[in-house]
Amino acid sequence: MTSTQQDRAVALAEQPLRTAGPRLGFASGTWSSIKDIFDQRELLDMLIRRELKARYKDSALGFVWTLIRPLAMLLIYYVALGKFMGAARQTPEFAIFIYAGLTAWGFYSEALSAGTGSVVANSGLVKKVYLPREIFPLSAIGSALFNFAIQLVILVLATVAMGSFPTGSRWGYFIGATLILVLYGTAMALLLSAWNVYLRDIQYLVEIFVMIFFWVSPIVYPWAMFIDNVKSTLIQEVYLANPITLAVLGFQRTFWTAGDAKPVPDHLYFRMGIAILIGIVLLWLCQRVFARLQANFAQEL
Amino acid sequence: MTTVVQIEDLSKHFVIRKEKSLKERVVNFSRSKLHKEEFWALRDINLEISSGTTVGLIGPNGSGKSTLLKMIGGILQPDTGSVKIRGRLAALLELGAGFHPDLTGRENVYLNASILGLSRVQIDKYFDAIVDFSGIEKFIDTQVKFYSSGMYVRLAFSVAVHVDPDILLVDEVLAVGDEPFQRKCLERIRQFQSEGRTIVLVTHGLDQVAEFCDRAVVLEKGHIVTDGSPRTALRLLRADFEEARQEERERALEVIDPGRALPRAQFTGIALASESGQTGHPVLTGGEGLFIAMQIESERTLPDCIIEIGIANPLGVVVYATNTKMLEAQVPPLGSVNKYNVFVPKQHLGEGDYSVQVGLTLADGTELHRVPEAGQFSVDGDGRARGFIRLDPRFSVLDANAV
Repeated sequence: MTSTQQDRAVALAEQPLRTAGPRLGFASGTWSSIKDIFDQRELLDMLIRRELKARYKDSALGFVWTLIRPLAMLLIYYVALGKFMGAARQTPEFAIFIYAGLTAWGFYSEALSAGTGSVVANSGLVKKVYLPREIFPLSAIGSALFNFAIQLVILVLATVAMGSFPTGSRWGYFIGATLILVLYGTAMALLLSAWNVYLRDIQYLVEIFVMIFFWVSPIVYPWAMFIDNVKSTLIQEVYLANPITLAVLGFQRTFWTAGDAKPVPDHLYFRMGIAILIGIVLLWLCQRVFARLQANFAQEL
Repeated sequence: MTTVVQIEDLSKHFVIRKEKSLKERVVNFSRSKLHKEEFWALRDINLEISSGTTVGLIGPNGSGKSTLLKMIGGILQPDTGSVKIRGRLAALLELGAGFHPDLTGRENVYLNASILGLSRVQIDKYFDAIVDFSGIEKFIDTQVKFYSSGMYVRLAFSVAVHVDPDILLVDEVLAVGDEPFQRKCLERIRQFQSEGRTIVLVTHGLDQVAEFCDRAVVLEKGHIVTDGSPRTALRLLRADFEEARQEERERALEVIDPGRALPRAQFTGIALASESGQTGHPVLTGGEGLFIAMQIESERTLPDCIIEIGIANPLGVVVYATNTKMLEAQVPPLGSVNKYNVFVPKQHLGEGDYSVQVGLTLADGTELHRVPEAGQFSVDGDGRARGFIRLDPRFSVLDANAV
């Protein structure tokens, strides 16, 4: 036996035996899950880069495509709703209004759809190597955040071009709204990606969900139009209970300076605060469910 | 020695569901039990592996080897029992898991190495060594999807051997690349061994087990059948395979032609003897001759039979084989009882234990009977050489000034 062999054996003897794989336990595992994910932050970073690089790898325009999609949507809604249906007449700076909503919604829908498929898409890795599996939905969130950032830059540039750059306390709404989007996007991505392993129908359900909920938030029509048509306060409250609606409204409060005169729901800050608190609890719950479900990922894929 | 892997009462069962979609589940909800199939992939496994050993997990397909390896790697969770490990673990369960076809070789090296647990700084440090080892410097900035399968595997293996694990799990990946590259890989495995790393190997290449492992564990239907030296484990496994093969052959023959049963003829006795008269398990001195006497009983008269004889080393590698056709020996038509003798006058085998195999086939190659371990004998050496054959080399010093 050589000395390197002995050294290694001695060094190993000092380490405690640990259980292979993730530790179970609903509440107690939280800390170790966070630690495991934190230890893999470099890998997470690389997976996000991989997703971004691989997406437009062989296309000539590359990243420009991330801009073309939302701009095309903006154009469609601006022309169809704004001009043909006349929404632009009642809504000043209609383009900024729509683009603010689309940016917020774009992040959430991408987080949901890419997140849901993330574990299944990486089944090769899940089955072959043990990693904290949270990093797959998290990397989907990461790449969605990157696209979100690019769109934000355009949005800000647009406000500058229109001469209505948002200032001061408006950014409070932006921070709250972004927090809501990230919290709920991450929570849903964790939960849905785990469910999707067991039941592939989830990814199709998510598509439908994204389609429906696009219209359940004031993205392409203003809040003012909604309360004009729906007088029932109960329905209005239900409508506002959707955290994404709050986030969209928050974005519009921030960037759509021309809409200041238009009505906004009461206590928007307060509502957003509640949504954030619920979001934190939800994120924790979803992570625990994910940790539970991930034990059998390798055999279900 | 330090225990690095400790497995206690480990069991794992899989449920095979025959339905996956929501519709099927709802429709079949009440009969859900009917659409489930359970089987135990592993049952009550107890195993301890100490540091610095190389353990081979072997067994027929579906015996639970890979499942066990995945449990050690933490990829699958146990149903009962526990798996505990010490130290850093790297799993080479499949080369290139995590390679993305659209990324370049360079990007994939970074990605793959960080999946296997290297930090960015470490990868920067090893990067040149990794590329150098793979031997594909020219293509490192090409997208991986344009690689040949050999290049792909070379790069993946290079990454894998540059991680710094205490425990390395290897599943069927040693035989990769062309021969020079294979040799390089095997050298690296030896280096790992000399550095005191623990290796757990799943393979069907039994020769690899014989070559590398200090210990072999034979699994069958989720149970450990043998756990010991590779030599005994391999002998047992090969005998098992042979038995299974015989059964299958007979079944296959019946399916092909149920009416025409194969003529029954078999070896009923084989005896070995040395020239000096030892019987049973003779120990031959160098150059001493060997007698192989055999008896074959046949149900009916069979013309044109071929008798095969082989000599194998303890790992089952055949070092010599011949048959009566190659020897141009006449075998008269088989009667009910037949006796033959084979005399090997001057054997040139090296020191060691050997076994004799015999077989009986028809002229068209149909096998009638085979005995993989018909008898054993040993050869004594004089300590002058190793290997399977005995030569008589002469050593001399040449005049350094001679032209």
